[in-house]
Amino acid sequence: MNKIEKLSFVHRENLVKFAKNKKNILVLTADLTGSCEADLFKKKYPERFISCGISEQNMLSVAGGLAREGFIPFVHTFAVFIYRRAYDQIAMSVAYPNLPVKMFGFLPGITTPGGATHQAIEDIAVMRALPNMTVLEVGDATEVETVLDIVYSIKGPVYIRMLRGEIPRIFDKNLPFKLDTPRLLKKGKDVLIISSGICTEESLKATDLLNKNGISTTLLHISTMKPFKNKFIPDILSSVKYGIITVENHTVIGGLGTIISEKMAEFKINKKIIKLGLQDTFAHGASKNYLMREYGFDAYNIIKSTYKLLKINAPINKLQIKDSYINYFNKNLKPEDL
Amino acid sequence: MNINKIQKIANKIRKRVLDFTLKNNGGYLSQACSSAEIFACLYTKIMKLKPFKKPLMPEPFNGVPSTKNKKYIPGYYFTSPHESNLDRFILSPTHYSLVLYATLIETGRLDEKSLEFFNKDGSSLEMIGAEHSPGMEVMTGSLGQGLSQAVGMALGRKFKKEKGKIWVLMSDGEFQIGMVWESFQFMSHYKLDNIIILIDFNKNQCDGPVKTVMQIEPLRNKLISFGAKVISINGHNIKELLKASKVKHINKPLVILCHTDACKGINELRKKEKLHYIRFKNEEEKKQYLYILKRLENE
Repeated sequence: MNKIEKLSFVHRENLVKFAKNKKNILVLTADLTGSCEADLFKKKYPERFISCGISEQNMLSVAGGLAREGFIPFVHTFAVFIYRRAYDQIAMSVAYPNLPVKMFGFLPGITTPGGATHQAIEDIAVMRALPNMTVLEVGDATEVETVLDIVYSIKGPVYIRMLRGEIPRIFDKNLPFKLDTPRLLKKGKDVLIISSGICTEESLKATDLLNKNGISTTLLHISTMKPFKNKFIPDILSSVKYGIITVENHTVIGGLGTIISEKMAEFKINKKIIKLGLQDTFAHGASKNYLMREYGFDAYNIIKSTYKLLKINAPINKLQIKDSYINYFNKNLKPEDL
Repeated sequence: MNINKIQKIANKIRKRVLDFTLKNNGGYLSQACSSAEIFACLYTKIMKLKPFKKPLMPEPFNGVPSTKNKKYIPGYYFTSPHESNLDRFILSPTHYSLVLYATLIETGRLDEKSLEFFNKDGSSLEMIGAEHSPGMEVMTGSLGQGLSQAVGMALGRKFKKEKGKIWVLMSDGEFQIGMVWESFQFMSHYKLDNIIILIDFNKNQCDGPVKTVMQIEPLRNKLISFGAKVISINGHNIKELLKASKVKHINKPLVILCHTDACKGINELRKKEKLHYIRFKNEEEKKQYLYILKRLENE
């Protein structure tokens, strides 16, 4: 069996390495420095570290002011505290003037047991609606390591759904994060599963098992929520027979499921779509695995939805899902192949 | 420039704002009454700006900032170019825009003819200006945000070791906003002394007198306890304004608390219940204000 490699504190080291010779990068935090893995940066480059205290509104507007003076502020705090507490400040001090403020939102969706106060469940919907804003979501260690190049190269503001702590490496180290470029992980004929963030690990487990059981699945990983203009999307969306399942660690209103629905309507793709994710509800404080199961976007629920789509009436072996291993996907399989 | 000349500029600012309030059948007139001397002093004596050879004529609205919009022209072109030793001006309450436009005209930065397009469709001289409007440096008007953006700029300029300062004009009502105090806390923590805040303390806001809407007093003591150096002055006294602008404030921001009168120069305004946005009740009242305009012109 192929065990997935797990890495710890990927961003912590990576940020320091990345910012070393880029003197215009400043890191701003709001009393969650260690919690957002910015503590090593603070230690190495104290002169470029700005502690803002628990005052996110001021922090975001200050970041706008610093960006106007030629700096690139990397704002680090929990995702909820960025877009919920300081939305007007992001809109007027950052997004309107199209300033290079980079917002690293940690603890996306139900990745925290902190409950509704700490769980960013509608951030993609909210941030995607802002003009000038780029919205990214990382799904593994490779994306955490390589997203900084993308973030730094974009001229305007960027919001990143970031991961911390122990993170799996799902994608090959040599296949970095690319803007508006979906990753084609599996290619099949029956069902298309589109996932993002932490849901891709679950989708890999599910598709692995589905394929073993004779259901041919395509699996697409999305890490750029906006812009969403990749020219291969219409072909991918129309490539399967039975339908599409989107899987997101976010409310199904305004996130990945909505984006795909919008594209299907735009390209006249007449297929059934099932949107897995939080079904227009807040969650509560519990473990990630429990919440993914309870709110219906883990491997088990992906298989269940696939069966529903194919009108298959068969029991699902839960133990088998748990034991399922992740196949590293074929390096050569890219959206361009379609 | 001597005090008399500055006073004359202040009078002209007031007059011009009244003129356009009449032309538009309403406007932010009391703001000009309270802040005319502050603006006149800032643009003639206080701020270090590059002198203009001739006034500029603004382009029509050229779209909002975006990576694609190459035609975008920022409003600060009408204040001064960005140079390390020059100052910057942030107008936080953007409903003062007409006062700013009038000031730019009276100090030779903005073409007088541009005001024909004031508050007209497709013009950049909007009633409530944005950062593309002449004289505007950042996107303000969502009250409270101007100060924090100015603070970010001040910190950035400190990092770059630039000599130029940041001057911010704020309204008193803004001190009801939580974010403003976050900002003072931040300036104090980082010992920012390249930023000066002038408060047009005219005691009026949209719903009426500040003290009836939400008490902000004791403002001076609050500011001091937040670590600012505070000077209280008569905001219509040019000598006091110029003197206050030179007060030393090592390792802390300077606040010039300008006590002003929202009816200064136009006593008839005292009859109004609310002063935030002046409307004329009827033709008769409008005629009365036309007469006031003539009176100011003859002064």
